[in-house]
Amino acid sequence: MAEAAVKQKDQEFLTFTLGNENYALDILTVKEIRGYESVTKIANAPAFIKGVINLRGDIVPIVDLRIKFSVGDATYDEFTIVIVLHISNRIVGIVVDGVSDVVSLSKDQLRPPPDFGVTFDSRYLLGLATINEQMIILVDINELISSEEMGLFSSQETT
Amino acid sequence: MSIDMKQFHSVFFEESQEHLDEMEHLLLDLNTDNPDAEELNSIFRAAHSIKGGSGIFGFDALGSVTHIMESLLDNVRQKKLAITSSMVDLFLSSVDVLKGILESYKSAREIDWTNVNKICERLEQVTKAREVAVTNTSATNDLEGFGFFDEPEKPDAAFGFFSDPIVSSQEDAYGFFDAGDSSALIQNNNEYEINSQQSQQCSAQNIPAKDNKIINLPISSAGTSVHPSESSLTQVVPKIKAADVTHGENSSIRVDVTKVDQLINLVGEIVITQSMLNLIGQRIEGALGEKFQSVAAELERNTREIQEAVMSIRMLPISFVFNRFPRVVRDLSAKLGKSIDLIIEGGDTELDKGLTEKLVDPLTHLVRNSIDHGIESAEMRTGRNKSATGTVILKAAQQGGSIVISITDDGGGLNRERILSKAREQNITTSENPTDAEVWQLIFAPGFSTAEQITDVSGRGVGLDVVKRNVQSLGGRIDIESVEGVGATFTIRLPLTLAIVDGMCVSVGDQTFIIPLVNIVESMQPLEKDIKSLAENDQLLFVRDQYWPILPLYKAMQVEPQFTEVHRGIAVLIEANKHRFALFVDGLVGQQQVVIKSLEQHYKRVQGVAGATIMGDGSVALILDVESLSISTTQPQLQQAS
Repeated sequence: MAEAAVKQKDQEFLTFTLGNENYALDILTVKEIRGYESVTKIANAPAFIKGVINLRGDIVPIVDLRIKFSVGDATYDEFTIVIVLHISNRIVGIVVDGVSDVVSLSKDQLRPPPDFGVTFDSRYLLGLATINEQMIILVDINELISSEEMGLFSSQETT
Repeated sequence: MSIDMKQFHSVFFEESQEHLDEMEHLLLDLNTDNPDAEELNSIFRAAHSIKGGSGIFGFDALGSVTHIMESLLDNVRQKKLAITSSMVDLFLSSVDVLKGILESYKSAREIDWTNVNKICERLEQVTKAREVAVTNTSATNDLEGFGFFDEPEKPDAAFGFFSDPIVSSQEDAYGFFDAGDSSALIQNNNEYEINSQQSQQCSAQNIPAKDNKIINLPISSAGTSVHPSESSLTQVVPKIKAADVTHGENSSIRVDVTKVDQLINLVGEIVITQSMLNLIGQRIEGALGEKFQSVAAELERNTREIQEAVMSIRMLPISFVFNRFPRVVRDLSAKLGKSIDLIIEGGDTELDKGLTEKLVDPLTHLVRNSIDHGIESAEMRTGRNKSATGTVILKAAQQGGSIVISITDDGGGLNRERILSKAREQNITTSENPTDAEVWQLIFAPGFSTAEQITDVSGRGVGLDVVKRNVQSLGGRIDIESVEGVGATFTIRLPLTLAIVDGMCVSVGDQTFIIPLVNIVESMQPLEKDIKSLAENDQLLFVRDQYWPILPLYKAMQVEPQFTEVHRGIAVLIEANKHRFALFVDGLVGQQQVVIKSLEQHYKRVQGVAGATIMGDGSVALILDVESLSISTTQPQLQQAS
């Protein structure tokens, strides 16, 4: 019975904006939220990998999702937000247009993700939810960041 | 009230592993015609220790095997039984079985009792067949006593609490105190001293073993009961103790690697903070500023010393890796029917513990390669006027900021023609007239093998590309030298992972890069007339009668530079391994010590970049990997500097 109760338990998500859409990711992956500061460029990296920053002693790569998925304007000002994530023992920062609230969602609030018309490939999506009449796209941030197309982690490197 | 024994399991496993490794090492070294008494004792004691511990924890499989081994070994060292080479083989097989059993207990898996019973049978057969006389009635009793305490061995219950089983020191008395004459005692102990100093090739593990004997004596005289020569012992004790201080096995403690890593990280942070402090201090004026500067300099010295001391904690002698090779060579030469001599040099060269573990596989593969493919059969060798016994030399040395490990064999060397034709077969492109070095590098291509027969040792063409990748993932390089008919040498070069490097900061555009000082020959502002052009955008710098290829850093790092004309910037002459080139940058910023932060921890390996560092103002600067930068230049013919 306790198990059923756990399943019903809400998961918390951090909502953020990319372009005109609202997305959300699992709050437990979020390490911190910071502004965008000077990033050291890395040679031969794709345009969406902006470079690395010093996060209290750790060298952390910064990825601009707006560039990767060609949404919105990739501008950098005092309002630009970097969400620092903890993904499979690594730390990665993603640049987004803004962050909003933390919402609690239960499983039955989720709708299945569509197969088309969405920026992200559906395998990176957990589903859709509606909050205050707004559609929130739930991202499987773990899958996305660890994926090969992001090219952030070297799985099998052949030089 | 029962004590939860599980907390002691990990100590027991670690110590047993060490005992097994030691047994294997000693068995391999053993001279069967005239076995060294000390070595026999050590082997016996190792088996004895494992047996004792396994009894406490109820590891019956371990106990039963070590029990029979122990009786056999006891007979051998008491000269009641002569040791033969086939017995050594049996003991080595037993050690293998024990290692397997230990693994099973460690990972809580099922014990393969058929294996255990088989080895026990074989051991018992030898015991029965060669028994001269059983003077010790307790020996037969013990055959039933698997895993149970025998009264006199109770002190062994202290396994893990005391450094050595106290009882065995009494048994040490055999053969040493028979004379009961103190002068003979001193003489014997002096021999020990000489022995342990002469054992150059002994592993770090071996030396403590020998000292065990010397240490035991004080303990036994301190504690226990009536022994006739005890009185003469006490006279000698102070001398032994004093002499022993130099290699004390007691003077070490086990520390969890994560604790050491944490310490290293913290020291790294201190270095960064200290350099930030320096930066601020430079802006303080007047007398206060001067005082600050001198104190800051003192702090920098202290920090450097702590950093060196802490780094050395993680350093282990490479003999820890080399130790397994006598066994590998022995087994392999027996399997292939070749007689091989293994020479190990530079075993005390130290390297970081993390590196040692990752080196084992590549080195094993290269050694097996040398023996399988390099060294020819005995007939072929005598036909070539070589001795029938092949030689493999495993050597390690420190060279500047790198550690160099080489495997040399006096076999047939690499066959240039065969490699080239195989490459053509597999459609691997080579340049028109490749140098020998380029041909040898072809064998690292995946799936490449010129072996006529695939043995289960090698020939499948799977190993060498993995070796190369492993070496590269450690930030190293692997080179080959070979002379046909004479032999071949594989050389692995690895950077010593000292987390702090002396570097020269250079600027390109708005970015700062760090060049390790060890690679810099000199820096200069080149004159326009010394810059010569080669076809297609390549340029050379003429310095003191030599042409250095120019590598513009802004191109390699894709940064907008301040200057694109070489004579307006700075040329840093770089020498990396065998490559020389002139790195063109905007300007020099300064020289400083930097802490290497890993880029791969959260990102991945980048060509040309060894790591990153945090500058005094908190920004990130990339540390260049000059060797891989040199590879990316498009001037192969100029890269090989004579």
